[in-house]
Amino acid sequence: MVQFIRYLGYRTLELVRDAGAMQLFLLEALALAFVPPFRPRRLLQEIQSIGVKSTPIILLTAAFTGMVLALQGYYTLKRYGSEGALGSAVALSLIREMGPVLTGIMVSARAGSAVTAEIGIMRITEQLDALDTMAVNPMQYVVMPKLLAGLIAVPLLTAIFDVTGIGGGYLVGVVLLGVSSGSYFSSMVQSVVPLDINGGVVKSLVFGLTIVLVACYKGYNTKHGAEGVSRATNQTVVLSAVMVLAWDYILTSFFM
Amino acid sequence: MIQVIDLYKSFNGQMVLDGINLTIPTGRITVVIGKSGVGKSVLLKHLIGLLKPDRGRILVDEVDIATLRGRDLLDFKEHFAVLFQGGALFDSLNVFENIAFPLREKTRLPEAEIARRVRLRLEQMHLSSEVETKLPDELSGGMKKRVALARAMIQEPEIILFDEPVTGLDPPMTNTVFHLIETTHRESGYTALVVAHDIPEVFTIADQVAMLHRGRIVACGTPEEIQADPDPVVQSFLKGEVDFLEE
Repeated sequence: MVQFIRYLGYRTLELVRDAGAMQLFLLEALALAFVPPFRPRRLLQEIQSIGVKSTPIILLTAAFTGMVLALQGYYTLKRYGSEGALGSAVALSLIREMGPVLTGIMVSARAGSAVTAEIGIMRITEQLDALDTMAVNPMQYVVMPKLLAGLIAVPLLTAIFDVTGIGGGYLVGVVLLGVSSGSYFSSMVQSVVPLDINGGVVKSLVFGLTIVLVACYKGYNTKHGAEGVSRATNQTVVLSAVMVLAWDYILTSFFM
Repeated sequence: MIQVIDLYKSFNGQMVLDGINLTIPTGRITVVIGKSGVGKSVLLKHLIGLLKPDRGRILVDEVDIATLRGRDLLDFKEHFAVLFQGGALFDSLNVFENIAFPLREKTRLPEAEIARRVRLRLEQMHLSSEVETKLPDELSGGMKKRVALARAMIQEPEIILFDEPVTGLDPPMTNTVFHLIETTHRESGYTALVVAHDIPEVFTIADQVAMLHRGRIVACGTPEEIQADPDPVVQSFLKGEVDFLEE
């Protein structure tokens, strides 16, 4: 029993220490965004890596999510004779919750793991040390562009998710199940307010920063060779997914 | 001149460097030998500022680098280049881009001039222009080392640190890399610190040899002096005796 409590205490302290270290890591990287040299090409490369290359999986996930929402929503709403509100149900679900959260989780799984692996391999093969010895700040060259790319790409991917999901919902609800196209879109327009969209944007910004921060931090602090990279990659996916869900609750309660 | 004075460093309570005193003369090649895991690379990383000592001083032309921070440390690093054990080539860049990297990052040279200098270094390393577009994972071990050396040399540094430059290479490539170090040193006159355990090959390029054992420099002199050193620890290492290696 004492051993267990000691272990619990150790893990808690480790968690708190890591959380603090991650915040310092974030502050150092973001501060470097305002220090020359500026490397716009690096930023564009990272936006392509994190954003553009995640687009196919986002489109796929969004389409099926919208279709399932429409399917489930139609039969639930039909019981109350309210199938005309399907567009509203699909849009609000996507814009407020499903869009930001599922985008965050998909980006975490695809891009987050790739970022951790990339930086982790750079760490164990001394590429980060090589940058340091050439008087090129590895935080500024490697980490900062990825953080900015996450802040730019994830909200855009979330918007793509929302639009595609609404389209998937239209396909099932209107084309397959016969809901009126006019009522699908009009109910959406009537019920979606700026607060919903703003909430979704804020969530996607926070999720984007969180995912890339965790990915970069884990990669940058990788130790113990290939096994360390593997462990760090695994931790990135799990931790960033958990943090997305935790932040989702916090932000939802803030916007409600 | 580089002077290491009473350098101490420990990790998780384990003492690795236990009072190192070493002078690395300007314009000469100093080789540090010792068995695997004795702390040779740890010593090297202190010289470039990748590690900070627990105690002691590292003077480069009478400037204590352990006290340098921020801009001063960055300026100091401009005078150094490092050849890492695995080459540390950037995976996402091809050979040309790797060698050109320091010039593109640190200078405003036009691309034509950068290309000219890169090709000159490739020629110096006996690498054909066909390797320019190859990625690091398409290169052999020897080619990686030569590309890494070209990248280090292109900065025209005053001091180059070599961390086990021939580890993992076959004997002909070992001799090739040592020959290239000797040739480039003769042409450029840089100060070199070579961390290695490839004896006696490394003695062919050394002006000074220092042996690291149990955190201290136990012998320092010319290759001939080291080979004639009566200290049983030195002789056991040079002969590769089993008792010593399993100590």
